[in-house]
Amino acid sequence: MVKYSIFTIARNALTSHKNWPKQWRSPEPKSSYDVIIIGGGGHGLATAYYLAKEHGMRNIAVLEKGWLGGGNTARNTTIVRSNYLWDESAAIYEKSLQLWEGLAQDINYNVMLSQRGVLNLAHSLGDVREGVRRVNANRLNGVDAEWLDAEGVKDFCPIINISKTARHPVLGATLQRRGGVARHDSVAWGYARAADALGVDIIQNCEVTGIKREGGKVTGVETTRGDIAAKKIGVVAAGHSSVIAEMAGIRLPVTSHPLQALVSEPIKPVIDCVVMSGAVHVYVSQSDKGELVMGAGIDSFNSYAQRGSFHVIEHQLGACLELFPIFSRVRMMRSWGGIVDTCPDASPILSGTSVEGLYFNCGWGTGGFKATPGSGWCFAYTLANDAPHPLNAPFSLSRFESGALIDEHGAAGVAH
Amino acid sequence: MLNIDCPWCGKRHETEFRYGGEAHIARPEDPAKLDDAEWAEFLFMRTNTKGYFAERWLHSHGCRRWFNVIRHTVTHEIVGSYKMGEKPPKLPKSAGGAK
Ligand SMILES: Cc1cc2nc3c(=O)[nH]c(=O)nc-3n(C[C@H](O)[C@H](O)[C@H](O)COP(=O)(O)OP(=O)(O)OC[C@H]3O[C@@H](n4cnc5c(N)ncnc54)[C@H](O)[C@@H]3O)c2cc1C
Ligand SMILES: [Zn+2]
Repeated sequence: MVKYSIFTIARNALTSHKNWPKQWRSPEPKSSYDVIIIGGGGHGLATAYYLAKEHGMRNIAVLEKGWLGGGNTARNTTIVRSNYLWDESAAIYEKSLQLWEGLAQDINYNVMLSQRGVLNLAHSLGDVREGVRRVNANRLNGVDAEWLDAEGVKDFCPIINISKTARHPVLGATLQRRGGVARHDSVAWGYARAADALGVDIIQNCEVTGIKREGGKVTGVETTRGDIAAKKIGVVAAGHSSVIAEMAGIRLPVTSHPLQALVSEPIKPVIDCVVMSGAVHVYVSQSDKGELVMGAGIDSFNSYAQRGSFHVIEHQLGACLELFPIFSRVRMMRSWGGIVDTCPDASPILSGTSVEGLYFNCGWGTGGFKATPGSGWCFAYTLANDAPHPLNAPFSLSRFESGALIDEHGAAGVAH
Repeated sequence: MLNIDCPWCGKRHETEFRYGGEAHIARPEDPAKLDDAEWAEFLFMRTNTKGYFAERWLHSHGCRRWFNVIRHTVTHEIVGSYKMGEKPPKLPKSAGGAK
């Protein structure tokens, strides 16, 4: 693997950047692997990388039905934070944030992590109590968190409207200064390149169509590029998790929904932090290109189409304009949707199943981008050891039987 | 935006309705007899079909009644609506994977 640095850029400039090597190989699938990862999004690629790096495994393939990161990884609004309420969530998201903080060095790829601070607004006394409680819970868990009153919010984000006569006035906000945004494509590409360098086969345009089993144990997969044997299978297919579960006769508590986002025309720098509001259903940040990046909540109905209804966008822009009247004449450029796998308790599933050797990593729903490194790290541990790491043990499928749900609707909710 | 046929009021915009998820999940006849796995199945496990899907809608800003709809979860094509307790409409010929 060519090490990326300012010197490599300079050297390649001499040849007009025509001699950069491919970032990863595109091998033909082998007939068998120790581990097959289904899904070449950020989580699947991170899993493969940590399997190779932390657990010394080499005979690994990532199978992706389309192109790398073409699922939610490249469709999300890239908010990264770790200020979740419950101990279990704080632990896994904080692990992830810590990995983010060293990720560019670790995989030698600029993931453009920008820790610009994330505000979660409160618009009612209930929101205020919930926010203050979350700040306290975060601090007890070693997660940085601050409570700002309305004036403090205005100081941190001067363009926000804190008028008391607003329909949903801003009463305060939680602030996580270490939160921010990162570059979605880089995460997929960087993990792919680093995993490939450790010998992982990354196979695109290869859709898994069946899970082969014998005596309650996985033996391999059927794909559009032929059958491939595997000792273990990790399914990291986000919105399509239920489809793959059905191939193996497993039931999941997951439902798939459209989640939409949109960007404006590029404008000069106007907002240098991330602002989210669960109550009025909108969140905003500004990309390096100058586009305002906005999103809202899911479309209510089940869907596998990467598009949703217009009224959801209308609603979120209404909320946005009340918070930021300065945006009133900005034109929107593009909108799109992803398919998110939501779970009843708004927490993910990283778990073994009733089929030996078959593991699922899903249910991240609207908020899994921030978790990409931590999710991959925990899932690699689980696959390598056939047992969960303490960080992901609470996120097993069995919690839906035991009742030990991890209810993060408050911290996750519309927020990502 | 979906246009949904309420069996009582006729075709209306999606914004008049609330979604109720998968249809035909029967309440257990004898709840005390269920073990934890059966409760998990009833409360949480969902079919999440990719294809024709039977789902519940509530006409919350209209007649406030619940009913069922068969809709395709990739094309969003709506095959038809039917009242609670009625039989679902026939699926188009191409319908694969419908549950
Ligand atoms: C609009 C939007 C905004 C979001 N905003 C945020 C945010 O601000 N912050 C945040 O933390 N999270 C956010 N999320 C959520 C986040 O994007 C996801 O939780 C996360 O990216 C999931 O990563 P993944 O790798 O599991 O999934 P994906 O990137 O979707 O990868 C799954 C892959 O599996 C592949 N696949 C599926 N079926 C098969 C098959 N049969 N065979 C082979 N491959 C298959 C798919 O093609 C896909 O590439 C947002 C999501 C959306 C849609
Ligand atoms: Zn009606």
